[in-house]
Amino acid sequence: MSAFLPVLCVTLAKDMRLEWRSKDAINSMLFFALLVVVIFSFSFDLTAEESRRIAGGLVWVALLFAAVVALNQTWARELRNQVLDAYRVSPAPAESLFLAKAFGNFLFVIILEALMTPLFVVFYDLRTVGPPYQLAIASVLGTWALVVNGTFFAAMSIRTRSREVMLPLLLFPISIPALLAMVAATTAILTGENSPYLSLVFLAVYDIVFTIVGFFLFETVLHAE
Amino acid sequence: MKSTFTIFALLTFALLSYGLYQGLVAAPTEATMKDVQRIFYYHVPSAWTAFLCFFANFVASIWYLAGRNPKADAIALSTAEVGVVFCTIVLVTGPIWAKPIWGIWWTWDARLTSTLVLWLIYVSYLLLRRYSTAGQNPVLASVLAIFGAVDVVFVYMAIRWFRTQHPQPVVGGGQGSGLDPRMMNALLINWAGFLALALLVIWLRYRLERLRQQVEEAHAMKAIAGAARGTR
Amino acid sequence: MKWVYAAYIAAWAIHIVYLLILTRGYQRVRDDIDDLNRS
Repeated sequence: MSAFLPVLCVTLAKDMRLEWRSKDAINSMLFFALLVVVIFSFSFDLTAEESRRIAGGLVWVALLFAAVVALNQTWARELRNQVLDAYRVSPAPAESLFLAKAFGNFLFVIILEALMTPLFVVFYDLRTVGPPYQLAIASVLGTWALVVNGTFFAAMSIRTRSREVMLPLLLFPISIPALLAMVAATTAILTGENSPYLSLVFLAVYDIVFTIVGFFLFETVLHAE
Repeated sequence: MKSTFTIFALLTFALLSYGLYQGLVAAPTEATMKDVQRIFYYHVPSAWTAFLCFFANFVASIWYLAGRNPKADAIALSTAEVGVVFCTIVLVTGPIWAKPIWGIWWTWDARLTSTLVLWLIYVSYLLLRRYSTAGQNPVLASVLAIFGAVDVVFVYMAIRWFRTQHPQPVVGGGQGSGLDPRMMNALLINWAGFLALALLVIWLRYRLERLRQQVEEAHAMKAIAGAARGTR
Repeated sequence: MKWVYAAYIAAWAIHIVYLLILTRGYQRVRDDIDDLNRS
């Protein structure tokens, strides 16, 4: 356990460096999220008021799809160079790999959100009625909810057949409660119609529970045959 | 063992037949929904049975992770499949009930939506079992089962709290007003019948899975023996 | 009342389909065992 923190930091730094050099994940995520937003706006003919109501949902759907793209990529990179096998053989604690990957993915998606926010404001003429700092909280909690489970399931599906499809197949049903809460919180903050408090607490509990479950089960998944 | 099975099968058949009679004929006709309400006697017990199957899957998955016992894995797979069968029945009988009563097939009310998500979670579990390679399959599936079971709690809360746009129709037939004892009777008899049917089918599926496990093992042994012979 | 029949029949249809799937599974396993015993 004493190797835990150093391994975590080193792995995270490595992932960040790799990503910075190639910018694979960020580019594909960004473009994909943009496409989803644009396609939705073409599919639905919305008034300004309607836009404000559904913007919360749209944002998270777009992010969900974009996150799946990123998640598949970060694990595939490991697989390409047999890094995953090396990791299994090494005495490094599996949990630190999990958290490092999760944090890395978290940072990618948060950066994506930061880039997408101005676009959303423009496309949907958004002004938040509620305080913006709440949006930041919702964003952090919601993103972690997607990313922590996404990282775990990506690791699980990376060694199955049809792995690109397996990840969303596993992730989406499990994430439904978090998605409901995220959208409720975002919509509440944007429209100012009700308090996002319950949704944010719910998300926080969801985050804590699934981080713990993933943390304890990752070793099992990593060493599954 | 064979005769126990036959006796149990006959008992199940008897319970289900009696339940059918109760549901269609003996139970009194409900005041507001009239005869259509009788779907309740199949819809609700199927839901309860599905929940029990999924709970059994959760327990079996933990048992498997604890000791890697192939029997535990066989039970996990069997209960998941049978659970999905009953869950499918809930999702099919629900709309058939909804259409004549509320005029629409689907309502996104708390109960139906929760059941749909439950169904999605366990179908994804079955898909993982189909698409993962033989060695890792039971371990990965057990882990997913734990995630799924934990998630179920969140699903019910989330749908209750965050989906308030849609009406909360009274699907329990007599909720709040108390159930006529004859209706409760019909309900429980049908539930007993479906539980017995579930046990029967889970047993059949379990036996099949154990046979498959043993065949696979035999294949593996043959391959090893063949390789050993080849190198000598 | 036709709705009730539809629901009940649908329920049983689903059960029967699953039992048929199991039957096919058993047949396949039996074939596999025969293959193993023969070779």
